Amino acid sequence: MLQINNLVVEIEGKRILNGLDLTVKAGEVAAIMGPNGSGKSTLSYVIAGKEEYEVLDGEILVDGENILELEPNERAARGVFLAFQYPLEIPGVSTMTFLKAIMNAQRKAREEAELTTPEFMKRVRAAAEKLHIDQEMLRRGLNVGFSGGEKKRMEILQMALLEPRFCILDETDSGLDIDALKIVAEGVNTLRDPARAFLVITHYQRLLNHIVPDTVHVMANGRIVRSGGKELALELEASGYADYREQAA
Amino acid sequence: MAEVTPIRTAAEVALIERFEGLKNKLPGSGEIARGRDEAFALIAAAGLPNRRVEEWKYTDLRNAVREAAPLAERPADAAALVDKASAFAKADAVRLSFANGHFVAERSDLAALPAGIAVTPLAAALAEGHPLLAEMGKVAVAKGNFALALNSAFMMDGALIRVAAGTAVDKALHLRFVNGGASPFATAPRVVILVEDGASVTVHESHEGVGTAAYQANSVVEIVAGNGTTITHARLNAEQADAIALSTLAVTLGAKAKLTSLGAVTGGSLSRHQVFLAFAGEHSSLTLGGATMLRGRQHADTTLVVDHAVPHCDSRELFKTVIDGEATGVFQGKIIVRPDAQKTDGRMMSAALLLSETATMNNKPELEIFADDVQCAHGATCGQLDEDLLFYLTARGLPRAMAEALLVQAFLGEALELVEDEAVREELVARAEGWLGERA
Ligand SMILES: Nc1ncnc2c1ncn2[C@@H]1O[C@H](COP(=O)(O)OP(=O)(O)O)[C@@H](O)[C@H]1O
Ligand SMILES: [Mg+2]
Repeated sequence: MLQINNLVVEIEGKRILNGLDLTVKAGEVAAIMGPNGSGKSTLSYVIAGKEEYEVLDGEILVDGENILELEPNERAARGVFLAFQYPLEIPGVSTMTFLKAIMNAQRKAREEAELTTPEFMKRVRAAAEKLHIDQEMLRRGLNVGFSGGEKKRMEILQMALLEPRFCILDETDSGLDIDALKIVAEGVNTLRDPARAFLVITHYQRLLNHIVPDTVHVMANGRIVRSGGKELALELEASGYADYREQAA
Repeated sequence: MAEVTPIRTAAEVALIERFEGLKNKLPGSGEIARGRDEAFALIAAAGLPNRRVEEWKYTDLRNAVREAAPLAERPADAAALVDKASAFAKADAVRLSFANGHFVAERSDLAALPAGIAVTPLAAALAEGHPLLAEMGKVAVAKGNFALALNSAFMMDGALIRVAAGTAVDKALHLRFVNGGASPFATAPRVVILVEDGASVTVHESHEGVGTAAYQANSVVEIVAGNGTTITHARLNAEQADAIALSTLAVTLGAKAKLTSLGAVTGGSLSRHQVFLAFAGEHSSLTLGGATMLRGRQHADTTLVVDHAVPHCDSRELFKTVIDGEATGVFQGKIIVRPDAQKTDGRMMSAALLLSETATMNNKPELEIFADDVQCAHGATCGQLDEDLLFYLTARGLPRAMAEALLVQAFLGEALELVEDEAVREELVARAEGWLGERA
């Protein structure tokens, strides 16, 4: 589903990704772990299409198509979804208005009919309930005044409603207490599907107890330096990232 | 030595000739005619305001007004002209219509006025020397203002409206100004609204261009509000794209009174909306706001002077300007707090959003504070759409243009949401959406 070959990325003349290779198959949950500053968020932004990063070399293939020349919305229409590490607040745009706009924009891009209001409401209610998001939150400005945990749940709500095929979760666990973490993990687990792949980025092993990955990759200094099964996460938890910092430096 | 004579532009010369030729034909005699002469003397002495006049620094009328258009006659097809207007059509209101500045009785609901409201067409009021006209022109901080003086010299028609003490009007009054013609013209309508003690009234004011020729509009609405009054005012400038449109709202607010005036501007090649407000009684509050949308080479100026002359009054100003293309926005807001005006609470904010590299905003908020126990603040911002927000929205699937439109709507919404009347609010929001939809 996702294949990244020799990705080299700079920002403001500073090299962040250094010939990164990564493959995630359909149905797979892949985890990326790594120390702060190793380039995990950069990788997620570059896949989603953030402009300010300069891609010097390499390719990102989604179902065999290089998406690097596509606009972020075109990537979204092909099923790429990024749950942000720091979701943004948009005052003056109610969460409901926003959800309807993004759902219909993606449907339009795929030449599907717009959702009727009752159908839209039904879907939002059902998805919100599973994530313990109350109706009052949906009426507020998007993410405005939401706690860190509420913002993360709102990201998962959007993921559930958009039904993307390739989901990136950037440190969705940060700032969550254990109850919120379980709700979010449950939200993700129900979306696991043979046709859908996940890239779960995290600094800590904790999240991976709840979203059990098929593969674990260790990232350091803008590269994948080691790959393995879920046991690799436990090993990292015990030994920390010190080895990898040195190895990469 | 040669005598120094001021150099007049062609437009200034034409304006002077026009006044001399018209002054005996304009309605009113005696005190009213003297008032016209006095007002015109100001204009003859100073000429059209230009960039060297501080108040008009960013809106140079001498440069913009190349020819002074003739004062509009009452159009023969006045009713048909009014029928082309669409603004605020859904709002439940009693309508007073003006075509090229002239009152149009056949399109005004004079027979259906709510109890407590009396309306006299201004031309008739001026001709008969109506005693309530003595209430005109009392706002000190507006004295000497060019647009107001020009209107005072040329005012040809309009309305004199009296809302009797204690009246609570359930329907809005819609002042519907419609401008259109086949050759250039100028207008100078004046509406004077006297709101007596304890009365409350909602006033909607729309200005629409429906013709082909460029015109020069210069409307004045004066509100004299007594004690314990509530006035809710909403305004739309949808003037023709090539019009020059000056407008003034001058208000005297009594004690324990409340005035809200909100508006939207989309029209005119050059427009200037002025608000002069004097607090004349304690414990009163004011909310002023607006949303201005500009593109092409439009120029729109919002100029406010809020005069806190008495203690214990609040004022809130929130103005939003969105500028695309090579357009220019101007915001000048002055809050004056006189020595006696202790416990004044004044907050003014002007925020502009530039949608193109060639858009310009001139922001000039000012506080003149002469009292020590007050809370006043002002702010002015000018920026572009936030790229991080745009990325967030596009990454969720919104095409860039939709993402921008959503953010602009949210930006303007903060001001438009304050409009109380639902039909008017929805129309202004829809007009903002329509404006965004026209972005290439
Ligand atoms: N917009 C930016 N401008 C400059 N440097 C950046 C920017 N974004 C990230 N970086 C740098 O790139 C490196 C990797 O950052 P990031 O991708 O956020 O790492 P991680 O998510 O693994 O903590 C860091 O050294 C960070 O300072
Ligand atoms: Mg990160």
